[in-house]
Amino acid sequence: MNKFDKEQILHTSGVNVLKCMRCGKCSATCPSYDEMEYHPHQFVYMVEKGDIEKLMASKSIYKCLSCYACVERCPRGVEPAKVVEAVRLQVIRRQGANHLTPDDIPALLDEDLPQQAIVTAMRKYSK
Amino acid sequence: MQRIGVFVCWCGSNIAATVDVSAVSEALSHEPGVVFSTNYQYMCSEAGQNLIKDAVREHKLTGVVICSCSPRMHEMTFRKAVASTGLNPYMVEIANIREQCSWIHKDKAAATEKAIILGRAAIAKVHLNAPLTAGQSPVTKRALVIGGGIAGIQTALDIADAGFEVDIVEKQPTIGGKMTQIDKTFPTLDCAACILTPKMVDCAQNEKINIFAYSEVEEVKGFVGNFHVKINKKARYVDTTKCTGCGECTEKCPMKKIPNEFNLGLDNRRAIYIPFAQAVPKVATIDPDHCNMLKNGKCGLCAKVCSAGAIDYKQKDETIEREYGAIVVATGYNPIKLDQYDEFAYSQSPDVVSSLEFERLTNAAGPTGGTLLRPSDGKHPHTLVFVQCVGSRCSQEGKGKSYCSKICCMYTAKHAMLTREKYPDTEVYVFYIDVRSPGKNYDEFYRRAVEDYGVHYVKGMVGKVTPRSDGKLMVQASDLLAGEQMHIEADMVVLAAAIEPDKSARPLATMLTASMDTNDFFTEAHAKLRPVESPTAGIFLSGACQGPKDIPDTVAQAGAAASKVIGLLCKDQLTCNPCVAHADQLMCNGCSSCEKVCPYGAITYEDKEFRMPDRTTAIRRVASVNEAVCQGCGACTVACPSGAMDLKGFSNSQIMAEVDAICKM
Repeated sequence: MNKFDKEQILHTSGVNVLKCMRCGKCSATCPSYDEMEYHPHQFVYMVEKGDIEKLMASKSIYKCLSCYACVERCPRGVEPAKVVEAVRLQVIRRQGANHLTPDDIPALLDEDLPQQAIVTAMRKYSK
Repeated sequence: MQRIGVFVCWCGSNIAATVDVSAVSEALSHEPGVVFSTNYQYMCSEAGQNLIKDAVREHKLTGVVICSCSPRMHEMTFRKAVASTGLNPYMVEIANIREQCSWIHKDKAAATEKAIILGRAAIAKVHLNAPLTAGQSPVTKRALVIGGGIAGIQTALDIADAGFEVDIVEKQPTIGGKMTQIDKTFPTLDCAACILTPKMVDCAQNEKINIFAYSEVEEVKGFVGNFHVKINKKARYVDTTKCTGCGECTEKCPMKKIPNEFNLGLDNRRAIYIPFAQAVPKVATIDPDHCNMLKNGKCGLCAKVCSAGAIDYKQKDETIEREYGAIVVATGYNPIKLDQYDEFAYSQSPDVVSSLEFERLTNAAGPTGGTLLRPSDGKHPHTLVFVQCVGSRCSQEGKGKSYCSKICCMYTAKHAMLTREKYPDTEVYVFYIDVRSPGKNYDEFYRRAVEDYGVHYVKGMVGKVTPRSDGKLMVQASDLLAGEQMHIEADMVVLAAAIEPDKSARPLATMLTASMDTNDFFTEAHAKLRPVESPTAGIFLSGACQGPKDIPDTVAQAGAAASKVIGLLCKDQLTCNPCVAHADQLMCNGCSSCEKVCPYGAITYEDKEFRMPDRTTAIRRVASVNEAVCQGCGACTVACPSGAMDLKGFSNSQIMAEVDAICKM
């Protein structure tokens, strides 16, 4: 268990994983469930245990749509999507460089692209 | 000069581990007036009390300071001990060095210093203490029970059984409460109506019990033993002394489309109605919001068909004023509104129902005659999904309740079990976070649902319910143990809604000056040792108004509340609190400020003749306090602009002496 990683994730996400009462409503509501190896409730629990490396190695962190359904429905206000995002950021931080800067965006734009997709892409691929 | 004894308690290690008790008793022995100072392991024990009594006699003490736990805990103990020596019990002062010192500090040196300061303050106060004598007040030998559900009914029956008069005030047209809507009761599955309705009839027939149904408490004045209550008896527009409950009017009334509250709007009633066949009192009530005669002056059909001539369109609300010695609160609970749970499609599909609605749909006296049919199309459902903890254990502000509603696990197990028993062709799923079944025969009951009736219990929560155009409900849920997301095509979804205190509880608490918690449940005087008493003297708690409770717990608590009431009503006189307000009439300027703030109506003004400095006499308007009514809250002493109001035992000079003693450090 990498204590530094756990603390970093708790810090960047601002989530208190101890609030989770293990009801699984986050994973019950997740539209990407079938695409994911680890599901929202597992992210919360595995971060609590400090099992971060498995999460960082999993493709699941790129399957989260950041739709925030889990955040909206969680009865305890845990905000699992923010944990997923924090793990994603941890991976990106290790890799060093920014994968997407605001300057790259104008070239990528096409008029069918929803604004939310740009925001989500920035969240996923930049520091 | 007083001769003061100081007694420092260790409270085992509670105080002694954080406060150097020897240093405290040593330091306080040098205070002016202190002639004796000691410390002991348990001052409240018999040996400790004897230590105090011996010292009072031996050193001829006139004042006693005890440095110990909060006065709420042992002030009475020490006052009694001191009184047995012949010294006035109000010459005892407590310095709270446990709750306000040792329990909240870690640094022993600082805590010891603080304990000494608190001791000095108490000594400074004792110097100004004067002996006080408690008066007596009579007890009205009648109790008021507010709320006529199973809690109120049981409390009233138990009090009446002891020979005291009881009035039940119920805001609905009938007593019985939530239990009348329930079909069967866990864990024995006996029929709710079969065990409740005889008790309702007992209430009606008991000559000691007086039922004010369709009534609400409007005003409460007075204090323990002497409450004065105004009850508003709402107009039924039916003369209850004439109505025989034959129901002829309820069949002829042309206003047919009024949602029936008793069946939670699942069917309709008329504008004149009797809630259900076993209602007590069994008399009709006209709903003034829907009656054509009352609204427009046209119709009058019910009056024509009533052979008893009981209909009275001119009836008015009536105010009843009664005296009571004790008041029991039994205002009960309601399920929360589920409209805001969009994910469960409660507002979108009639086939998503609350558990109480499901209860009506399976009740022989319900809208479907006890046959389980889907509300949307009246067809027999094959797949049912039960969702637990809807709004319970939810920390999201405004969305739900942070507490566990306690009863849902068991009634859901009951619903699931009964569905499988009656309709073996059904598939029944229960989604749970935890199954909480800690009661006698409760866990066995839940296991029977699983093992004998084949109910599918799934650890996980439902995430969303989507109504499909063919009438099916698509349920998407977590199965946490299998690690998969489930998709179920359901015919009905049943939501176990959290329960909350009745809305009438908050204004009632204000009237009674009884305290409540943040969830609007009434607070008990002590969570463990005084669970059925409110901290306000003479107010008792029964049933779910104090916290979520099932029927067995409610009945047990109702009996406990009744026994406390009986204990109070048995007394002919109550000893009053002598720490009451007193008006210095020479200083009073007659401004009425105190009269306005007094919550007990203890202050009156009188015209009195005074001798003026120039030897003339003048009539002045001055305050005077009725000591039997004053509860010693001190509001008047704060409001008085001229300093004429003072509280015996907590006088302004005593409190200033304490402050001075603390500030001198």
